[in-house]
Amino acid sequence: MKISVIITLKKDVLDPQGKVIHQTLDGMGFQDINEVRQGKYFEIDTKETDNDKAKAKVEEMCKKLLANLVIENYKIIDPK
Amino acid sequence: MKSSVITFPGSNCDRDMDVALKKFGFKNKMVWHADTELPKSDLVVLPGGFSYGDYLRCGSMASKSKIMQSVINFANSGGMVMGICNGFQILVETGLVPGVLLRNKYLEFICKNVFVKINDKKNKYFKNVDNEVLEFHIAHNEGNYFCTNDQLKEIEDNNQIAINYCDENGKIEDQFNPNGSLKNIAGIFNKEKNVLGMMPHPERMIDTSLSGEDGSLFFKNLINNLK
Repeated sequence: MKISVIITLKKDVLDPQGKVIHQTLDGMGFQDINEVRQGKYFEIDTKETDNDKAKAKVEEMCKKLLANLVIENYKIIDPK
Repeated sequence: MKSSVITFPGSNCDRDMDVALKKFGFKNKMVWHADTELPKSDLVVLPGGFSYGDYLRCGSMASKSKIMQSVINFANSGGMVMGICNGFQILVETGLVPGVLLRNKYLEFICKNVFVKINDKKNKYFKNVDNEVLEFHIAHNEGNYFCTNDQLKEIEDNNQIAINYCDENGKIEDQFNPNGSLKNIAGIFNKEKNVLGMMPHPERMIDTSLSGEDGSLFFKNLINNLK
């Protein structure tokens, strides 16, 4: 089963990379952007076949390694 | 005095640290990240470098390596643990010191000498250092210290800030902040002050012909404090 995780920076955390991407897009003519925030995307292929158990495991992975909860939020996308 | 320097895949200041510790009288051992037991040590150092290629977040992989459980136990039982640069990043990822280190504010890798002001001397790292200001070297891409407001309050209430970026006279201002760190924080302690994480490299300041001597002051003082 494949589970996806999206990690984003929390609202109050400065995202200099997002800012530079925003400026560059702006310079390219995409001038209606309010803000760009950069995040991370993971695809985890697990042997677990039970949907809930797999999600619980991935949540544990997020808390222990994939995200740093001081600055980041994680969102687990329901496996299809 | 016995010390141990942990080498992770991608560490590159481990041997500099070994040279510095030995120069000032430590009997130092190099310890591989995949080992599980720490040699008997009065000081454990997590060196600078780019452990695991800085993948995911700087220090995140190294913080889960086998030896780190022993380092965490050692720190929790009062042992002296010092993390320099990438070592500081590893320490924040273990949670031994609060906060995180973000990408530098202006997205530049910064490599230069800086001045830092010692904020607290009631600890074994800086006790009896005569100077208020030290000149160290920094070389990092992710040294922008950040923590939550609650953490900052706790850090300030417990006087856990070790050193702040400043000018040569010890003035702590925004213009002397190289990387955007909150409150110009360059180094921080855990609550008990046996664990120190800092971005600057004292081991690069131990030779007058190459750099400066402020690292020498730091290490000479440290070994005396541990005796």
